[in-house]
Amino acid sequence: MKTFSYEIRDSVGIHARPAGLLVKEAKKYESRLVIKKDEKEADLTKLMALMGLGIKCGDTVSVSAEGSDEDIAIHALEAFFKQNL
Amino acid sequence: MEQFTGKVIYQGIAIGPIRIYTKKERQVKRYKIADPAAEIARFEKACEIASAELASLYEVALRKVGEDNAMIFEVHQMMLADTDFLDSVTHIIRTQEVNAEMAVATTGDNFSAMFAAMDDDYMRARAADVKDVAERLIACLINGSSENELLSEPVILVANDLAPSETVQFDKSHLLAFVTHLGSANSHTAILARTMNLPALIGIKPDPAWNGRLAVVDGYCGTLTIDPEEDYLRQMQEKKAKEEEKRSLLQQLRGKETVTKDGRRMRLYANVGNLSDIHSAMENDAEGIGLFRSEFLYLEKEDFPSEEEQFAVYRTALENMGGKKVIIRTLDIGADKQIDYFGLEKEENPALGFRAIRICLKRPDIFRTQLRALLRASVYGPLSIMFPMIISLDEVRAVKKLLEDVKAELSLQNIPFAPVEIGIMIETPAAAMISDELAAEVDFFSIGTNDLTQYTLAIDRQNPKLDEFYDPKHPAVLRMIQTTVANGHAHGCWVGICGELGANETLTETFLEMGVDELSVSPPLILGLRKRIRELGNAKEDV
Repeated sequence: MKTFSYEIRDSVGIHARPAGLLVKEAKKYESRLVIKKDEKEADLTKLMALMGLGIKCGDTVSVSAEGSDEDIAIHALEAFFKQNL
Repeated sequence: MEQFTGKVIYQGIAIGPIRIYTKKERQVKRYKIADPAAEIARFEKACEIASAELASLYEVALRKVGEDNAMIFEVHQMMLADTDFLDSVTHIIRTQEVNAEMAVATTGDNFSAMFAAMDDDYMRARAADVKDVAERLIACLINGSSENELLSEPVILVANDLAPSETVQFDKSHLLAFVTHLGSANSHTAILARTMNLPALIGIKPDPAWNGRLAVVDGYCGTLTIDPEEDYLRQMQEKKAKEEEKRSLLQQLRGKETVTKDGRRMRLYANVGNLSDIHSAMENDAEGIGLFRSEFLYLEKEDFPSEEEQFAVYRTALENMGGKKVIIRTLDIGADKQIDYFGLEKEENPALGFRAIRICLKRPDIFRTQLRALLRASVYGPLSIMFPMIISLDEVRAVKKLLEDVKAELSLQNIPFAPVEIGIMIETPAAAMISDELAAEVDFFSIGTNDLTQYTLAIDRQNPKLDEFYDPKHPAVLRMIQTTVANGHAHGCWVGICGELGANETLTETFLEMGVDELSVSPPLILGLRKRIRELGNAKEDV
């Protein structure tokens, strides 16, 4: 399993639009991708669960990937977070 | 004639028949089904139709209101494809052996309740989106599609609530205004109304008996008038005609330069008090924001606004102005603007009391938060920071020191910020008198003529009995302005005027002669002032 953690910089946090883009990105990979904020976690391919975490600017989240393409997935997602969030 | 008052979402006047819009009542009846697999197939079919509808709505919205506003329909499509949502529906169908409509309604209610319970205004507003998606699915299950009745003549649309998908599907040429009971200034419907340039009110409860009756929406006073009396109707028609005349003036002068016939230039900026004023500034072709009053951030809250909240607002302002200068004035409360949670003591003479920069220097915790938010936003556009109520060099130096401290702190944290212009308000006689020394410290001056006049003439603005003594064109005030402009220019500062006097067209020529670089006025006055400036000067003086 591969992980990274990231502090959200986008002023509005993970609102509908970036959540949508993030889900789209996550669906490209085979691995199970999970985002965790404090004690709560959500599958990155599930839009409403992801929005339900209410991730705001300044929150630190950790993302994990587990599966056949976990290396590629974790790198791509880390890049996605840096670029969009 | 009956009149109802609501909250203005978008200004304008509309006169026409009312159309009460009601959703086709979703009467979801619960019934047992024999074959869950067939019911799930029926649900999947409805999902396909709904998804196709949303895709075409997205296309329509893209053309009508642009990509940012259209995005919501793509999000709706994603909600519709959300595995938790789909699993919940199929699970209910399978385990409870109920019809798909019931399963969708239950699931939609559960998910929207989850959003409604979140501690964030934005996310709470998403509950309406989930409901919208569920309603669409149910309509597809019942009718085979969710298409609504279309409008055939221009109407004032009155509804209890409008979902974003409903707002956008109406043909704009058949809409005069929106009036709804529910909804918020934050809702997509409100944003769409603004983008579509339609007067809109919220907070008025519709009565089915209004259907087809003539009405007037006054999107300045926030009123809906049913069966208007002749006098009132005529009055409103005139107001509407004036508004249209103004609009055509606006059309002609948009994008034109603000320059006199003999080539003297003036920058025309807008005074704004909140984010929706920014829209109005853009609409009136402001060349920048000359005074962004940051007080609203504090006045609208029960407690101090956080750095994040402030940052988001400043960033939005800069982004919306698309590369034009935005001058944000730091907190100016006290005097006539009081806020409970600041815990300020009552004063005998608040106009001469603990206010504006004085509070900020005494309460650096509050001030630093604002400065941090401002600097962080500076990477999103050309930002200038302006400090109010300055009377001394020491104050300016103290403020600059604090700003440097905050910059150092941000650098240490690797948080980016861009260079910002620093300016001060010249609104006390003291500042005007020492403007030569002050000019050496800052990049620009903005003359706040309202306070400058009040302090120069010793006339309380709030006291109507003094109106006859109040002369805004008093030579003492004009000399203060002239001195300030001359001193500013001598030391490399540009000088603007952001008080009411700036909009006084009888003084425009005087200001041009003094060499004033910028006038910042309320957005609706910009184009009129541009017209005035373009008429000044003798065309044949220079080539």
